[in-house]
Amino acid sequence: MQSRFQQGVDQIARLGRKGCDVMEALGRAGLFLAQSAVGVPSREGWYLWLRQMHFVGVLSLAIVLVSGLFIGMVLALQGYTILVDFGAEQALGQMVALSLLRELAPVVAALLFAGRAGSALTAEIGLMKATEQLTSMEMIGVDPLRRVIAPRLWAGFVALPILTVGFGVVGIWGGYLVGVEWLGVFEGSYWSNMQASVSFVSDVGNGIIKSLVFAVVVTWIAVFQGYDLVPTSEGISRATTRTVVYSSLAVLGLDFVLTAVMFGGL
Amino acid sequence: MKRSKTMEFGVGLFMLAGIVGLVFLGLRVSGLSLSAPSETFRLEANFANIGGLKPRARVTMAGVTVGRVESIDLDTEWYDAKVTLRLDNDLEGQLSQDTTAAILTAGLLGEQYIGLSVGGDPAILEDGDTIRDTQSALVLEELIQQFVSNMASN
Repeated sequence: MQSRFQQGVDQIARLGRKGCDVMEALGRAGLFLAQSAVGVPSREGWYLWLRQMHFVGVLSLAIVLVSGLFIGMVLALQGYTILVDFGAEQALGQMVALSLLRELAPVVAALLFAGRAGSALTAEIGLMKATEQLTSMEMIGVDPLRRVIAPRLWAGFVALPILTVGFGVVGIWGGYLVGVEWLGVFEGSYWSNMQASVSFVSDVGNGIIKSLVFAVVVTWIAVFQGYDLVPTSEGISRATTRTVVYSSLAVLGLDFVLTAVMFGGL
Repeated sequence: MKRSKTMEFGVGLFMLAGIVGLVFLGLRVSGLSLSAPSETFRLEANFANIGGLKPRARVTMAGVTVGRVESIDLDTEWYDAKVTLRLDNDLEGQLSQDTTAAILTAGLLGEQYIGLSVGGDPAILEDGDTIRDTQSALVLEELIQQFVSNMASN
């Protein structure tokens, strides 16, 4: 009897310890973000940022643009088959543009970014930690937060909104290809319906605000998971998986909250 | 650190592409125009029923778009809808006092817009004036009701 009671207490204690661990990790992550995102970049730091921009931005361009093209094309195809039943296929441009700019471009670009760039950031920083490069930097008086982490964070913050804009533009072009060139929606109504319904501030602007939020969250999770992992080969693989899982969940969950605030009249 | 011109060029091009994309979204997709907003003037029109008219709807004359609906408010004095129109400057001083404004529908179920047609009065509408002669939107339910009651009385 005593031992069963003891087991119950142990269970509750384990739950408490887990809660404390989670809170501690959150606090560490917040402190980590604050410490590495601030700080005046030197000339050298600017160049480090440029290299990371090349890696997370320019090299992600291909996958993001190709996905954007196909998503725009499939939106036009699906939208056409639904709208044509109501004789409203002129509204195709409006449908493609609004769904891309408000939802699909920020969310899908962020998910692709987490898979393409986020996992690579985690693995890279994790390997640096496992091979004790970060510790050696500290030994010779270089702050790894400023030298390694900050350029990667800032590159992610800048790159993802640009990728999102590219995704939207290419998606709308893909919708044009399928809707106008292939299915024969009148070109004038494709563009004019779009222009009449899309507002620059509340649709394009809110989409970019969304992608900024996602950029911060995804890059932050990726870099922190790399910095905070258990420095073994298993730890690196676990952390890389966690980066993709956590950032996908965070992007989808935050997207709902942001949509409710921006478009849900909250 | 080794510097690579091609990498710098690539990043520069990437950021440039972002700006160009944003301009495309602004001009081509949201229909912003580069002309200054001062090149328009304002007219008001009161309608008994605006149906499904929305802000930013087109204002046309002989089918040509000449402006947009700026705002729609309820006039609490007469309990009708006060619609503010923003028209191109070319038309200022060209519209006669007895210009009519009608709420029309594009297609059977399409969006609603305002059609203006000019009268013959020598007096003209100035910035901020109100169009007196208006024609409300056709509400499908009312039409059906009329039709049914006509059928019943016959």
